[in-house]
Amino acid sequence: MKLSKLSVLVATTALCAPAAFAEEMANEMTLVSWGGAYQASQVKAYVEPYLEMNPGLKVIWDESSAEATAKMRAMAEAGNITWDLVDAVASDAMRMCDEGLIEEIDHDAVLAPAPDGTPPSEDFGELLVSDCFVPQIVYSTTFGYRTDLVGDTPPTSVCDVFDLEKYPGKRALQKRPIDNMEWALYCDGVAKDEIYDVLSTPEGVDRALAKLDTIKDQVVWWTAGAETPQLLADGEVVMGSTFNGRLFSAIAEQGQPIGMLWDMQSFDLDGWVVPAGLPADRKARVMDFLKFATDTQRLADQAKYISYGPARKSSAPLVGKHAELGIDMAPHMPTDPANATNVHVYDYEWWADNRDDLDAKFQAWLAK
Amino acid sequence: MTITNVQPQTPGFVAAVSAAAGAFFGLFVGTAQGSGLMGVIIGAVLLAAMGFVLTGMTDKEKPLRWIVFAAFLVAGYAMGGFSVALVGALFGWFAGWFIFWLATSRYRMHLAPYLTPGQVLWHYTFRVICGAIFVFLITPILVVMPLSFNAQDFFTFTPEMLRFDPAGYSLKHYEDFFNNPDWQQALWNSLKIAPMATLLSVSFGTLAAIGLSQPHVPFRRPIMAILISPMIVPLIISAAGMYFFYSRIGLQGTYFGVVLAHAALGIPFVIITVTATLVGFDQSLTRAAANMGAGPVTTFFRVQMPLILPGVISGALFAFITSFDEVVVVLFVGSAGQKTLPWQMFTGLREQISPTILAVATLLVAISIVLLTTVEMLRRRSERLRGMTPS
Repeated sequence: MKLSKLSVLVATTALCAPAAFAEEMANEMTLVSWGGAYQASQVKAYVEPYLEMNPGLKVIWDESSAEATAKMRAMAEAGNITWDLVDAVASDAMRMCDEGLIEEIDHDAVLAPAPDGTPPSEDFGELLVSDCFVPQIVYSTTFGYRTDLVGDTPPTSVCDVFDLEKYPGKRALQKRPIDNMEWALYCDGVAKDEIYDVLSTPEGVDRALAKLDTIKDQVVWWTAGAETPQLLADGEVVMGSTFNGRLFSAIAEQGQPIGMLWDMQSFDLDGWVVPAGLPADRKARVMDFLKFATDTQRLADQAKYISYGPARKSSAPLVGKHAELGIDMAPHMPTDPANATNVHVYDYEWWADNRDDLDAKFQAWLAK
Repeated sequence: MTITNVQPQTPGFVAAVSAAAGAFFGLFVGTAQGSGLMGVIIGAVLLAAMGFVLTGMTDKEKPLRWIVFAAFLVAGYAMGGFSVALVGALFGWFAGWFIFWLATSRYRMHLAPYLTPGQVLWHYTFRVICGAIFVFLITPILVVMPLSFNAQDFFTFTPEMLRFDPAGYSLKHYEDFFNNPDWQQALWNSLKIAPMATLLSVSFGTLAAIGLSQPHVPFRRPIMAILISPMIVPLIISAAGMYFFYSRIGLQGTYFGVVLAHAALGIPFVIITVTATLVGFDQSLTRAAANMGAGPVTTFFRVQMPLILPGVISGALFAFITSFDEVVVVLFVGSAGQKTLPWQMFTGLREQISPTILAVATLLVAISIVLLTTVEMLRRRSERLRGMTPS
């Protein structure tokens, strides 16, 4: 008798516990990301599996990551946070963290450890560039070129972008100083480890702009990652910089005559940030999702859909084949040794300090 | 001067005018080939020579025009295959028609005989300018339509498309629109928001217009100015203001918030169109109705409303299109749950240049044409029924 009572009690507690647990979490979640193939990879790798585990949850997507900082500021000012989890590049995350717009995250307490028990702080390692930032992927900004427009000698060096005689035609470059200034100095003969020292001086800035001046009238400036693949597909440009995943998609999925130029590719990080001041139930939901979406297997799964490298060290061996095309993804990763023979290490901190100043100079130069 | 100036023209005159036309079209063809100047020169020389030669042979017009047509067609085909041949044939037909139209003075036939050459020139220049403006307005819309049937995922006329190869065309972007939950959700949101916003705009706008057309209402002008200000204030300012205001009162990111914001944008259109029709409304009709015992509500629905209906309908149409087309305010006032079609197109253009946007644009253009035609036909019908002539 007593036993059966106890067992009933245990059974009810067991039944109630998950229900009560679920009740604390909001059943709607607004995720902010970049749209396109990247967002699709997130949907397939971890949002759909998470929805299967949590029936009744509704996920709303907002493709607003490009203006995340501005919108987060407006939301904080209006006291009305409508986003739950935001995908942002590392430099945006650092800025928002400094302004107190996003939560600080104790990575070891919140995130899942690696399968072998390595704590997240070691698994992500040096990629944890900010206390508010949970990295997902390593991507790179690099060049693609039209294989049918470059003749028999395809470009092998980033300096070929500046060589109008060898490769005549238009080039697409991103409309911002980051990367372009470094590439210009590198091709003007500055040693790789001295680029930021030179760029810190006014003469160095002038030197970079002077180098860019040599190709300025042949440059198409882009702002959205989709523009360069479109321009390359049109044959409007001979070569252009964009995110490596966009080029992979144009080459492997769309079958365009485009080749990759990995020389001096510029690494950057993209990851999740949590807006500050979420109500308890929404925050509980976000943290639950975040733990799932950034575990070792999920980050490796994402690489099946897009050629961006997973941010966890433990995910790298699990990277397999493309989900639909069945090709090996490893050789298309920016971190693959064959692609990473000569990389440009983009200095976040230097740019955080100098961004406003150089943006102004760059815009003034563009308008000239 | 006699009125029998409808007689064959001199070769020199025909050659000069043809050269001008050739230069005009040569500019476009030449620019497309990389050198506008070369196009102008070649076009002018070619048509001038043809004009000069053909002027003397107006008696064999029909065969000659066929020859010119065929020659251009073959030249086009030799230059770049099927699609260029089509363009060439079009030019050939035009060149043949134009030269003989000039040479036989047919161009003066429908004009008053006393017009001076300058006036004739202006008559046709004016038409060319109007045509150019029309082309300028309509081309961007027309270009979108064939591109939406692209078999590739880029905004590019592929070689297959230019050869009219069926493999270059596909309906996959239309398929994507109808199967993709994002687009369907956006369409559904637009269809939920726009009619509701239109209903509110029409109700409030019509009432406001009627009230403001009464002479005894105090401060009519300032009130009118405030009500139509959403049309004048830059949209981004209204949007930012609404964002902070709606956030405080909990309307930001809700369905009603977006509906109210769009209603505020639509009201000025309704007020303006209804006020315009009220100018022609005879106020003594309402007094007559009151005299016969009708209350204000009955008078409005039985007497005033039917007479101002055209103004109300066109106002409603503008309000609907405003809401259906609007992207700035909804980006601020809405949250991702209220993502409308324009919003989806906007993010689609920025993040992922997919021809699905073009497919949607083509569908929207088709719907707009159907909608406007229907409304116009209904309006004419009601005017005819009431014995008014369509204006």
